[in-house]
Amino acid sequence: MATIRIPTPLRPYTNGQSDLTVSGETVGQVLDSLVQQYPALRPHIFNENGELRPFVNLFIGEENINDLQGTTTPVKDGDRILLIPSIAGG
Amino acid sequence: MLPTLSHEEILRYSRHLLIPEVGLEGQRKLKAASILVIGTGGLGSPVSLYLAAAGVGHIGLVDYDVVDSSNLQRQVIHGTASVGELKVESARRRMLDLNPGIEVEVYNEPFTSENAMRIAADYDVIIDGTDNFPTRYLSNDVCVLLGKPNVYGSIFRFEGQASVFDARRGPCYRCLFPEPPPPGMVPSCAEGGVLGVLPGTIGTIQATEALKLVLGIGEPLIGRLLLYNALDMSFDFVTLRKNPKCKICSPNPEITELIDYEAFCGVPGHDHDEGSAGKEWDISATELAQKLKNGERLRLIDVREPHELEISQIPGAQLIPLGQLAARLSELDSAEEIVLFCKAGTRSARALEVLLSAGFRKVKNLKGGINAWAREVDPSLPIY
Repeated sequence: MATIRIPTPLRPYTNGQSDLTVSGETVGQVLDSLVQQYPALRPHIFNENGELRPFVNLFIGEENINDLQGTTTPVKDGDRILLIPSIAGG
Repeated sequence: MLPTLSHEEILRYSRHLLIPEVGLEGQRKLKAASILVIGTGGLGSPVSLYLAAAGVGHIGLVDYDVVDSSNLQRQVIHGTASVGELKVESARRRMLDLNPGIEVEVYNEPFTSENAMRIAADYDVIIDGTDNFPTRYLSNDVCVLLGKPNVYGSIFRFEGQASVFDARRGPCYRCLFPEPPPPGMVPSCAEGGVLGVLPGTIGTIQATEALKLVLGIGEPLIGRLLLYNALDMSFDFVTLRKNPKCKICSPNPEITELIDYEAFCGVPGHDHDEGSAGKEWDISATELAQKLKNGERLRLIDVREPHELEISQIPGAQLIPLGQLAARLSELDSAEEIVLFCKAGTRSARALEVLLSAGFRKVKNLKGGINAWAREVDPSLPIY
């Protein structure tokens, strides 16, 4: 089980919850179970073809999954996944 | 040759001179430095105040907006007396009051592909305090092309990000965000709101990083992204690496000159919440009031969030928040004439697109939202 941290802009789609515990062996599986639990989140993470949206950045610990093995990056028990949105306010 | 300090300046900066990492030489570096602040809003306010106080010799300010009273909840460089005044002028006056020994150059114009290279060329460090995606990509690209550090900060509601993007020494903004989100996917502060003190936290971090870069001390935020959440009071850091396929800072870049950033992002280069769905689909508050007075049958749909009803309401309207609209289409009848509205017209313009793509045709967007209704039809309502 890994924890995934939901940023403020996406919390309306997780009933306001910030840290969710989700199961999965890889980042991809964790995301799949996440959007199954919270279907309203799906369009904000995946595009129409089920691919990760390019402006959504996922980090395991301090590392970007794009610098690891993308969505096939293995997830260990207790890993912390950060979902980083693009925000533009100033 | 670094400039010297007068006795007056030595007294003014004595708390800096006492720190060995700054000292007299550091203070002289600050006096010789030039920093450009893009945006004189939430982030630009603390950034400009602290850079001025610290004795940065040349500070440039870019903004074309005027001070509005809704800015003052967070834009602390301006005051009630400066409402209606140009932001750059209001900010310059406050900075020179704080420190008359510095020079403040103002650019009362939007930062665009036409003027950006010319404006930024003279500065050592660029600070991105803008409020929209097109200007953020523009600031990044200008810094990459000119080989300057871009001190980044961004905010939304309770959440802030900060980093130093310096393509010569690490990743750039495009390495992290190769593409902007689709228009409408990420709400702006004008639509979604922001805790007033949040830009204070992130802006002071940007000012800190800019001063460290000038002084050449400490560990800059290059290759690291700070994620701050005020509700959780959490600070997280993640590692950023250069994207070998980055369109602008990789060895074989696709982008070698500035592009059309509004077209790239699909949104305008400002954060004014004044949505229009296009002339064909807009209805003015006055027209709507006339139709209602004539007894025309209209279905009024309010697409704001439930907590906004406490601020203002139009009688007879039904609340369907934008986020729920797609799932609640069955509550609407495409044979009916529907008028959508929100605070100022941006969210309802998006709601209109949702309805159009679902086959609705008899839909209108209340231009300027309930705020326009308050201005033109019902002055008893507040504007927010």
